[in-house]
Amino acid sequence: MRHRKKGRRLNRTWSHRKAMMRNMVTTFIELEKIETTDAKAKEVRSLAERLVTLAKRGPDDLAARRQVLRVVRNKRVVSKLFSEIGPRYVDRPGGYTRIVKVENRRGDAAPLSILQFVTEPVTFKEKRERRDDEFEEETSRKKEPEPEPEEVVEEASEEAAGDDVEDAGEAEGETAEAEAEAPKEG
Amino acid sequence: MAVPKRKSSKTRGRKRRTHKKIARPGFSKCPSCGESKLPHRVCPHCGTYNGREIVVEEKKEKE
Repeated sequence: MRHRKKGRRLNRTWSHRKAMMRNMVTTFIELEKIETTDAKAKEVRSLAERLVTLAKRGPDDLAARRQVLRVVRNKRVVSKLFSEIGPRYVDRPGGYTRIVKVENRRGDAAPLSILQFVTEPVTFKEKRERRDDEFEEETSRKKEPEPEPEEVVEEASEEAAGDDVEDAGEAEGETAEAEAEAPKEG
Repeated sequence: MAVPKRKSSKTRGRKRRTHKKIARPGFSKCPSCGESKLPHRVCPHCGTYNGREIVVEEKKEKE
């Protein structure tokens, strides 16, 4: 079972990996852009996103700051994270970073990518507009085959009327059954 | 133990290896400069990807 086995080992011992992740995330926050292998970039991304989410709580949240300082042991970088990067992404619900693949590394042909902070403003509104359009399209599509639902409604009303009659019949049957059962018990 | 009866000749070995080839990597055209590039990767010629991402400035300078 792979329960609680999240993440990549990156061919390193736990302490080595931890130290490397610290270094990389610190550099990433400092420079806002790093070029590494695909696998490392993906690992750093997950850690960095968590830290940015903490930094969004604002520069006055000491608890959040201390949580970040557990990973990034550099007060200058952490203060940058809280004063610059955190406020920048207040409106962005996650996805603060982007990984773009680059040509393979010369020498060992390792797949490289660039991890960077998303600098573009949140394109939320556009997406919402698109969603609205899609919604409108969907609703218009639903409106077009309206005759069918109407027929269904009519049928339903007829069925409802029929149901009432049936219900009445059932009710009578039930009373009869109840009467039939009563003597058996006695 | 099973053992080859004859040494396989140069020709036989070479014929066998005619089908052993390196696969050609897939290429795509860069939409901004038209050069061929690897798909899903920043163009190494103009440093763009998806319209923006002018990231590889250093590499451009080297060229």
